[in-house]
Amino acid sequence: MTQINFSHKQSAHCESGVTSNLLSHYGVNISEAMAFGIGGGLFFGYLPFLKVNKLPLTTYRCELGGIFKGLTKRLGVDVHWQKFKDPERAMSELDRKLGEGVPVACRTGAYWLPYFPPAFRFHFNMHNLVVFGKNGHGYLISDPVFPEPVHCSEKDLLKARFAKGPLAPKGTMYYLTRVPEQMDLSGAIVKGIKGVCLRMLKTPGPFMGVRGIRFLANQFEKWPRKLGKRKASLYVGQVIRMQEEIGTGGGGFRFMYSAFLQEAGGVLKEDRLLEISEKMTSAGDRWREFAVIGSRICKNRASPSESYSAMADILRDCAERESEIFEELRTLIRQL
Amino acid sequence: MKVNEVPQNKGMITDDLREICYAVDENGSYILAQSAGWEPKNIANDQAWTLIEEEVSQTVKKIKAGKLSPLAFHMAKNQMNLSLLSKYVGFSRLRVKLHLKPSVFRKLKPSVLKRYGRVFEIEVEELLKVPGLE
Repeated sequence: MTQINFSHKQSAHCESGVTSNLLSHYGVNISEAMAFGIGGGLFFGYLPFLKVNKLPLTTYRCELGGIFKGLTKRLGVDVHWQKFKDPERAMSELDRKLGEGVPVACRTGAYWLPYFPPAFRFHFNMHNLVVFGKNGHGYLISDPVFPEPVHCSEKDLLKARFAKGPLAPKGTMYYLTRVPEQMDLSGAIVKGIKGVCLRMLKTPGPFMGVRGIRFLANQFEKWPRKLGKRKASLYVGQVIRMQEEIGTGGGGFRFMYSAFLQEAGGVLKEDRLLEISEKMTSAGDRWREFAVIGSRICKNRASPSESYSAMADILRDCAERESEIFEELRTLIRQL
Repeated sequence: MKVNEVPQNKGMITDDLREICYAVDENGSYILAQSAGWEPKNIANDQAWTLIEEEVSQTVKKIKAGKLSPLAFHMAKNQMNLSLLSKYVGFSRLRVKLHLKPSVFRKLKPSVLKRYGRVFEIEVEELLKVPGLE
């Protein structure tokens, strides 16, 4: 029986939450929003050729693992990543690290985690959590999106760590191996902002960044005629789900980034960041309006003005706002 | 989003769980607020589940018509397709495809059925059953 003294904090999103909780364990107090910002988590991508449940993929955040990798790199924290072929070895390695008193983060398939409410149980292989103990009933888990630590049997955790399908976790686990005494927080913040600006403004091709938002807007207007009413509403539903449900998404991530900019403004003593944070909040509010109309279309309850083209207009407005925000941020950090 | 705008619409979250939202308080500072859920999210989630249910009921119809084996029901119920199920059970896609045929499924060895049972976390007897069908 092992139990590491791990302080669990509930977060809005799994990867940024795991990152923040793991660092806090080693005495580095980094809020979730800060982890998200330094890790350069904010993004947008509409990838119609990648299908999830037969419907196109939309993402509002950077690639899997990117937040954790970006943050640890920028703060100079050393980490160890491991994948496994053999499930039994994956579990015994986990036990060994726990025995050494090291909390271990795992990537899992949410479908197999028994403590998830039924409505959330989809084959979604990108869920991060921290294992911090083991007893007669199984493992003690700090799942960042839950208010309290949870239990999971050995059988279920093994299944979740070896979930199959797209982005299969293959037993992936990771933990911190060295945390430097001194860290350049301001430098890391600036680098994190710079990364997001570049990605949002300069990613080549039509699918990603601010251009991706405009691309989605153009697609939106075509959907009702191209796909028919039913299929078009399924496409809308998927965009909303990816925005709001799968890892907090659009509105949620925009607000989290605003929270980061506010905190960063305090650290860097830079009031202009606070102003930009307010603009980001307004952009997040627009993303939420977009979701409200979308859900009415899904339910067949949209008024005549709540149409696909109205949604496309909001998207264009979001693109406009975000492109302005990131241009301003880019100019600002050059001066820092 | 302001703190007083944080939605509290129950739906996906059925018990006392709450999720975290970032919202602005009256001083303009961001805080972590608790939310019981949001209606647009609940609607989109319902839509996804309706789709799964439709898939399941269509599969049951095909099983009744003798076109598919009971395995197809459990596959649909677990939101799997041929490729995902083949990865979980460790058989080739072709083999799983054959097992979806009633005539092949009927003759399957208990050891094979057991492997499917383990994937879906059910007993073999349950694997042979389909709701509304004897």
